[in-house]
Order: sequence, then C-alpha cells, then structure tokens
Amino acid sequence: MFPKLLKAQRLARRAVSLLHRFQSTLVIAEHTNEAVSPITLNAITAAKRLGGDVSCLVAGTNCEKVAQELSKVQGVVKVLVSQHDAYKGFLPEELTPLILAAQKQFNYTHICAGASAFGKNLLPRVAAKLDVAPVSDIIEIKSPDTFVRTIYAGNALCTVKCDEKIKVFSVRGTSFEAASISGGSATVEKVPAASPAGQSEWIEQKLTKSDRPELTSAKVVVSGGRGLKSGENFKLLYELADKLHAAVGASRAAVDAGFVPNDMQVGQTGKIVAPELYIAVGISGAIQHLAGMKDSKTIVAINKDPEAPIFQVADYGLVADLFKVVPELTAALKK
Amino acid sequence: MAAAGLRAMVGVKRVIDYAVKVRVKPDKTGVVTDGVKHSMNPFCEIAVEEAVRLKEKKLVSEVVAVSCGPQQCQETIRTALAMGADRGLHVEVPAKDYESLSPFQVSKILAALAKKEGIGLLLLGKQAIDDDCNQTGQMTAAFLDWPQGTFASQVTLDGDWLKVEREVDGGLETVRLKLPAVVTADLRLNEPRYATLPNIMKAKKKKIEVVKPSDLGVELTSRVKIVSVEDPPQRKAGVKVETVEDLVAKLKEIGRI
Repeated sequence: MFPKLLKAQRLARRAVSLLHRFQSTLVIAEHTNEAVSPITLNAITAAKRLGGDVSCLVAGTNCEKVAQELSKVQGVVKVLVSQHDAYKGFLPEELTPLILAAQKQFNYTHICAGASAFGKNLLPRVAAKLDVAPVSDIIEIKSPDTFVRTIYAGNALCTVKCDEKIKVFSVRGTSFEAASISGGSATVEKVPAASPAGQSEWIEQKLTKSDRPELTSAKVVVSGGRGLKSGENFKLLYELADKLHAAVGASRAAVDAGFVPNDMQVGQTGKIVAPELYIAVGISGAIQHLAGMKDSKTIVAINKDPEAPIFQVADYGLVADLFKVVPELTAALKK
Repeated sequence: MAAAGLRAMVGVKRVIDYAVKVRVKPDKTGVVTDGVKHSMNPFCEIAVEEAVRLKEKKLVSEVVAVSCGPQQCQETIRTALAMGADRGLHVEVPAKDYESLSPFQVSKILAALAKKEGIGLLLLGKQAIDDDCNQTGQMTAAFLDWPQGTFASQVTLDGDWLKVEREVDGGLETVRLKLPAVVTADLRLNEPRYATLPNIMKAKKKKIEVVKPSDLGVELTSRVKIVSVEDPPQRKAGVKVETVEDLVAKLKEIGRI
C-alpha cells in the first residue's frame, strides 16, 4: 500500500516536471540601446519561476551590447536579437509584429515583461493580437497558469487562473529579485525585423536627469508631499537623500503643485517602490500613495499632523515640523 | 480624414469612488460594491474633458460617450453628457456577466463600436482604479490596428496626425500617430470641469442608445477566472519617536542606516 502511494506520488511529480519542461517563456527585454533596464532582470526571475526555458527578445536600433549582457544572465537559454531603425523609440506598433513573428516561430507558452511604462504599453497590444486576455502587474506566480495581482490600489489581492493558450503578463519588479547578471551562457540568435508598420513615429524624449539612484530600484527612498510647500524646499529632501544615497520620490499633491516632475510620483498611478527604507515627509498617506510604497520594509513618517493616515503604516513616526527635523536628521547623519 | 469631420468616442467606466476604503467580501469572491458610493473613473473624466476641449476648439465634430455594464452605467454616461459629450451609448451587460467582464471583452466591444460609428479618435483613461489593469486602450488599438498614444499628458491635432506627449518612466516622450488613433489619458492631461446644474439638466435631454454585446458580435466568455480576492497582509502598528536622535538610533539598531 505504502510503496504504491509513493510510486503514485513520484509519477505525479514526474508529470508536473514534464509539464514544466513544456513551458517556454519569452521575456521582452527593456533596454536603452546601451544597457538592460533593471526591471528586465526581475522579469527574468519571474519567468524562471515558471519552470521552463527562458528566452529574451532584444529589439532596438543598437542591440549588440545589450544582447551580450543578457546572454550572461543566469537562467536565460536564448537571446533573440532584432536590430532595425524602425525600433527607434520602441514603438508598440513596430514591436508587436516582431513579437508575433517570434511567437509563431518558437511557440512560447508565456510572454512577459516588466510592468513599467514600456511593458504596460506593449504587452496588452501583443495579447490582443494573439486574441488572449493578458494579466497585469503580477506579484506572485502560484503555478504556470495561476497568478496573484493587486486590485483597488493594492487594497485587495486577486488570484487569477488564466486558461489562455498563451499567457501574456507583466511583472511587478519589486516583487521578484533581480536575476544574477553573471553565470549564464545563452545562445544569441538574430531574428529578422518585421516590415515597418509606419503608423507612428517617435519624435523626442525629455528625461529627468539625476545623479541619484533610480527610484524603483533604490534601497532607500525619501519622498515629499504637499507639506514641503514649494519646489525649492525639496532641496531639504535632496540633501537628506544624498546622505542616505537615496532616491527622491513624491506624492501626487507635490507633483500637481509643480514642486517636482511627474516621473517622481509614487503611488497607484505613478511608480511602485519597495525599498528597505521609505521616509515619507509631509505626506498624509492617501490610499493612492500607500499603493505605491506600503511594501517597503521599513517606513518612517515625518508629519506634524498626528492624525495623518501615514502613521497607520509607519514603523517609526515622528510628529514634528519637517522644516525643523529634516535638517536635523541630515545633520545627524553627517556625524 | 479631415479634422473637421473627426468624431471622437470616449470610454467611461463606473467604479467605486476613489476615496472609499474597499472591503473584501467574507466569501473571498470580490469586494463589497452594494451600497458603496460609485463615480466615474478619474482617468475617464480626464478623457471626457479632453474630448470636449477638442470639440470646443472645433477640431472634433461630435463626442460620443460609451460605457459597458449594468443599468447604473447610464448615470456615468449622463455625467459625461453633462460635461459636454453629445450622445451616449450604453452597452448593456447584465450584473452577472459584468463580474467577469475584463478589458479583453470591453476592447472588442469598443473596437466594434468605433468601426460602426465611424470614429477617428478614441479616448480612454489609462487605467481603471478598480481592476488597475491598464490594458483596454492598448487592446482596442490592437483590435482596430490603430496606433496608440498611451499615458498622454498632452494631445495636439495636426491634420491627419496626432502629436502625443507621453508620461514614461524617466520623464516625457513625444510620438506622432496617424489618425485614426487611440489615446489613453494620464492624470496630467487636464483638469476636468465640474458639470454645472444647467448642463446637468440639458444632459437629461441628450440621447443614450442601448446596445447589447451580441448586437456587436462580441462574446462575453472569459478564459481568465478569479480564484479568490483577499485582504493584503496588514502591517504591524509602528511606534512614535520623540526626537530625531531617537529616530536615528532606532534605524541604526535595525540596520537600515
């Protein structure tokens, strides 16, 4: 009886591993033509969780360096490269036909990317062309067809089972570790570019220049809200951030008031961060802001209103005037 | 397509009001919606405002507001009409089917309507604040084979082309799209107007046509099923510190600085 049961278990396990072997995932690499974007490494970790082969697609105007970088990432078996001038600006109208062609050739069971502005723009278009419903911004993979994601600004966790023939999903970067950038040995294969769609044209970009770490991957984030009162006062936060090697974020109120550019917004509709330390300064803690930072390991709140909702999620709260205590904090860190 | 004859369609969704703290149902099938305040999704309001502004600049000839869902969606359409949309389309989906209605089906409905109504510009919000999917605009563009300008913070019509400034991770970028096109609105696109009482009264006289998904040849079956909806893990209550020294000491103690 007992050995029989064990045998059945073994068989079941083998069936599962067999199933896993049939999984193959294509990760759409996000990059700058110079370097791989960090969120791609988080997406690769999620892809590895599925148990099958992981391939990466690099499309752009200049791919060689990025393809080399990705071929060394642990867990990637194949890097597909397509270089063409039509991929300037990574327009979804141009990238989608390329991904469809790769899908036709290699029959992936899963296609994914990081849930960044790039991934969110591109993947639903790909899914629709494949006539499947995509799954956005997943935070956990329970099995190759079952994913967890948040809804209602992170106030509920929704587990979904996707019975589509191809699972198309975007990955929340902060929910998966970055894959190691060494130890891999993927083959690099060129794929032909699709013929240009010509419906859209990339004109220019205006990027916010900063020496500070990138917001979504920083270990420490210092954020300011309406309480800062002006854009000039944000310099208090920059000084504090420099002491902590932190990135600087903002609430919607601070962005709307014009204190800082909108790519610094943390929240449901801005960026989602989960640093080791998040310091919220002059931020009340509206539902929409909490959605973007409540998975931070340690949260510190500095606010003069003891009733501010931010104190309900803060590990350490300081009820005080930020104009007094932020310079004090900066000075204390100098020692 | 001559700009003077450009017809715009705006998708609007009825969602739980953004200020409401949602409650998960004890049976884990979803969140409590009965008796909870609902309003137009904030991003949809921005899309409506943009369409109405384009009409006021005489760049768009007509603005059609469309919503998919149960009877109550007509209130949401009325709001869009009071803001300045010309007429409404209610794609009636019974409450039972509405629970499993996802961007996939909505996109197919919108694509079918856009073709039927001869639409040249489809404006949507970038995401609904309930499902947080951020998919419908992109998928509708794909079904129509139109270009897409997502997360738009500025839209400029230029003959047969549309210039869209987009909010991307590192800042802003500008793209040019050949009409017809789909645009999804980000928060910074505009500041939606309040509907005035006379306009609310006028909106009552505007027409809302009711159609069924089957009239448009759209199947509502879904291959993505909700297994469960649960509360997220709660954070442990923290402590208040009295001084900056205390704060620094505590953070050092746990190795955060």
